[in-house]
Amino acid sequence: MIASEKRDAIADLMAEYAYRIDRDKLEDWVNLFTEDCLYKVVPRENVAQGLPGVLLICLNRNMVHDRVTSLRVANEYNIHVDRHVIGAPRLTAQADGSVRAESNYALFQTNQEGESWLFSVGCYEDVIVFQGGKALFKERVVIVDTYAIPNLLATPI
Amino acid sequence: MLDNSIWPAKDYSRVPFRLYHDQEVYDLERERIWRGPLWSFLGLEAEVPKIGDFRTSFIGDIPVVYNRGDDGKVYGFVNRCAHRGSTVRREAYGNAADHTCIYHRWCYDKKGGLIGVPFRRGVKGQGGLDPAFDQAQHGLETIRIESWHGILFATFSDKVEPLEQYLGGPMSNMLARIMARPVKVLGYQRQRIKGNWKLYCENTRDQYHGSLLHQFHMKFGITRVTQKGGAWMDTRHRHSISYTREDTDAQDSAQAIAAYADQKVAESDFQLKDQGILGYKQEFDDGVSLAICSIFPNGTFQQIRNSMAARQVRPRGMDEFELYWTIFGYEGDDEELEMHRLLQTNMIGPAGFISMEDGEAVEIAHRATMLEGEACSIIEMGGGGKIPDEITFKVSDVPLRGFWSYYAELMGIEPEGGIR
Repeated sequence: MIASEKRDAIADLMAEYAYRIDRDKLEDWVNLFTEDCLYKVVPRENVAQGLPGVLLICLNRNMVHDRVTSLRVANEYNIHVDRHVIGAPRLTAQADGSVRAESNYALFQTNQEGESWLFSVGCYEDVIVFQGGKALFKERVVIVDTYAIPNLLATPI
Repeated sequence: MLDNSIWPAKDYSRVPFRLYHDQEVYDLERERIWRGPLWSFLGLEAEVPKIGDFRTSFIGDIPVVYNRGDDGKVYGFVNRCAHRGSTVRREAYGNAADHTCIYHRWCYDKKGGLIGVPFRRGVKGQGGLDPAFDQAQHGLETIRIESWHGILFATFSDKVEPLEQYLGGPMSNMLARIMARPVKVLGYQRQRIKGNWKLYCENTRDQYHGSLLHQFHMKFGITRVTQKGGAWMDTRHRHSISYTREDTDAQDSAQAIAAYADQKVAESDFQLKDQGILGYKQEFDDGVSLAICSIFPNGTFQQIRNSMAARQVRPRGMDEFELYWTIFGYEGDDEELEMHRLLQTNMIGPAGFISMEDGEAVEIAHRATMLEGEACSIIEMGGGGKIPDEITFKVSDVPLRGFWSYYAELMGIEPEGGIR
């Protein structure tokens, strides 16, 4: 049984996640993770073969922050807008008070000419904890079905 | 009509955009490059360790299967049924005693030989194949596979020179160095880039772009153009190894800043909050911390600090290719080292801090050169004329001219009096 306060907090977290990426508020997006978080993006074919290889991995919030800094000051990538569509999460209560959440996503990109395409589809596997009434990602593993990445992967999934 | 008049410069310092955008060129490449007298990078022995292990791959856009035969050697064949042309092996990988096409269940052994045709004698004396039909003559089209220290190369040609000779001294040595320990595959990355495959072959041979396109280096102080580096090539200049040695410019920071200031690219002092990704555990005693080994036509082996990977270029028509990354470490890596390699995977691939830009660079070059077949790119960084075997500086794109000179030779379009 998961208390309705927790469910509400998780719903807010999911909504903020999509909002902060899609509105280009990446510096605020970083704050949705705990300090000791794990964030990684994994091709489904590696998961299927039991291989540990990742597309990207952050072992704490500082590394998530560094991803954003690098995008802001160093990297060049396709000019686009992101649009996340995230399905309702399946929630499982954990003994330590955290909640496991699994949800599907579709991520569309749109270029400067106004053309949109499906950039990525896959699922999130999360461990969500609660601090001061707010839900945060202790773990967010993005399993990418579209592992033939169209061009490149810059802004977060 | 494609002929040897296409080159505006005899030293390959001008490359007509038509070579990326012409269906006639692409079709000729299928014959003269991909089925030509050379060795293509196929995969790793470590991916098929047991008898019957198979994987699918590509030589150019030709789908192939490689698998470990009963005698322990790796064999391969084109993944197209001899009967009606269907894909025989649909799974990307697995283990199997033989390979059966699902359409009419024609069955092939690990060497591609035809070993079973259902209803060959018909049913109750009716139907079936003519008794004169010779099964031995109707196997799958085979490819010849050889291994260089665990790296598999394949060829369609029986005229090709021996593999070691094809690789040449610098490349065969560098690959042997990378493969000196048994390899452990950590995973794969793929990206689909909307550009001609040769644009990527140029990209990996082009050291000039390194510190300019990939700003991560400079912004976070990882490497600079003033670091000691250069390129080694074989005597035919078809392959190229770009390298950098570690910490050779630690004393020259002022010089580095001046070099960038000249280019109006300011030295920046952003700091990563977590420096773990930049760590370097020295694994080789030659001081080389970065080696990009570009093997003609489709392979790249990289050491970027402790990140090891192979890249395979798989054309999908003239306007798109798949870049297929095989990330590896070594048997015997402890947990900490394996995690360090995964952490440095952040540098490479479609999401890599110092490689995501390459996809974009290829796409914008491909997009803007379409229908401009007569216009040319300029390849003059590091000078023109005769191509040297070694470049001892980093502001250079000389190895691109090496690529094009060998390409022209294979395609039969070398300019008269060509300089290479």
